[in-house]
Amino acid sequence: MTLTTENPVRDRHALRDSHDLDHLHGLMSLMTGAEKHGPAASSTLDALWVLYDRVLRVAPETAADQGRDRFLLSKGHGPMAYYAVLAAKGFLDPALLDTFGQYDSVLGHHPDRTLVPGVEIGSGSLGHGLPLGVGTALGLRAQGLLDPAVWVLIGDAELDEGSNHEAIAYAGAAGLDRLHTVVIDNQSATHGWYGGIASHFATAGWSTTTVDGRDHDALYAAFTAPHPGRPHAVVAVVEPKN
Amino acid sequence: MRDRFISTASALLDEDPRVAVVLADISAASFGAAAEAHPDRVVNVGIREQLLVSVTGGLALTGIRPIAHTFGSFLVERPFEQVKLDLGHQGVGAVLVSALGSYDWPAGGRTHMSPGDVALLDTLPGWTVHVPGHPDEAEVLLRDAAAGDGLVYVRLSAQSNAVARPVVPGRFLTVREGVPGGGGPVVVAVGPVLDDVLAATEGLDATVLYATTVRPFDAVTLRAALAGRGSADVVVVEPYLAGTSVPFVTEALSDRAHRVLGLGVSREEVRHYGTMAEHIAAHGLDARSLRQRITDWAPKTRR
Repeated sequence: MTLTTENPVRDRHALRDSHDLDHLHGLMSLMTGAEKHGPAASSTLDALWVLYDRVLRVAPETAADQGRDRFLLSKGHGPMAYYAVLAAKGFLDPALLDTFGQYDSVLGHHPDRTLVPGVEIGSGSLGHGLPLGVGTALGLRAQGLLDPAVWVLIGDAELDEGSNHEAIAYAGAAGLDRLHTVVIDNQSATHGWYGGIASHFATAGWSTTTVDGRDHDALYAAFTAPHPGRPHAVVAVVEPKN
Repeated sequence: MRDRFISTASALLDEDPRVAVVLADISAASFGAAAEAHPDRVVNVGIREQLLVSVTGGLALTGIRPIAHTFGSFLVERPFEQVKLDLGHQGVGAVLVSALGSYDWPAGGRTHMSPGDVALLDTLPGWTVHVPGHPDEAEVLLRDAAAGDGLVYVRLSAQSNAVARPVVPGRFLTVREGVPGGGGPVVVAVGPVLDDVLAATEGLDATVLYATTVRPFDAVTLRAALAGRGSADVVVVEPYLAGTSVPFVTEALSDRAHRVLGLGVSREEVRHYGTMAEHIAAHGLDARSLRQRITDWAPKTRR
């Protein structure tokens, strides 16, 4: 697959997105002190932005509503892009960003749901978000809340954790069609994924799409693709970590 | 006791729309009728115990009161990080209900024994731990757990006392008083070891407290029981790892000189099969062994 970090101007979103990304990088620099961020620090940035800007039905004023969409950041390390997006969307005061990692800060190097408004789970240890997402999807269904979507973002190396495979197999078998997973694939899994990441979801009964993780329109199309009766996995491929 | 759990949890599903039961195949067949009546609130994830606990956490995040159940080895020990992070760290509550305990199925061997479950939970904040000694008590404690919001572990066992006591969640019950001012110990008997403790201390000078909630530890009742004693000797007899509750006795009595003897399941593996009674004896928890160990340690017990 050929990858490019430059997105062709395809529609009205592209120009706005370039300004948005500049803004997000500016917010990230408040945490890191660096004006520019390497691909690894921002591997999740485009997917996060498209989700929060165009897909997720949640806003600061609805962050506690039972009917909101849930976004669970499972890959909790390197959360600067996540915090930047939350700040850009008003969940978080941008003035807090430069407290990143300090003793009294709400912004740790891994997020804590009890400290940050809009953060659905505390993460950091890999392999917890997708199983928690399965429980969240089940809990919403058990209460007759069939509309809210549950989104979980994981990394390709995180997929090494066996707990994910318990979740993938069960969610496929149970047909949890309100569950969605974004796998940010920067090819960092030590042993890779034979047959490609999507195939591991597909054989468990998931709907899958693999897209350029820097292409906002492709991400949007993948995120909004219909997947009746099945959970949906979007593999967002970005530059290799190394 | 497991049968009573199944009937009680099934009733709770009928009574409270907030309740869900999460299973990993163990006991799933027994929940068949409940699953038919409440298909979205009886979840069997298959033989996936990490997922069992994480799903429990996810359900709780949406406002459900989940009750998760399997054998203790697979509920607390195997997915311990899920217990730590997907329940406690997320700030949600849940009810975990285990079966088999430390020695319920000796022919099954070490893989199905979890003598360290309570000690493991003691490394985490906020857990309530119930250890019922009779099916009726299990129902009382389970209903109390389901009605709350916190983190609760209910440790069920096939070992049972002959009769149920009028237990109150969170409180030790005084079931025998020692000689007023006597020098014998206060013996705290946890859950199903009570009958053996009562038999072991028959005719001795000892106050016997019955603990079916061990966390939080009822320091108030322990201190009140010691107030009438001529010594500050405490024996704790537990159906899991010996000494698990000793730090809690120490903390309760930190302002006074005291002695503590912690009796329970030995740390060493008992590489034998056989029966529950044989394993209880192997750990020195049968009435005869208990009597010997208590009187050796506290000679004033003998009247």
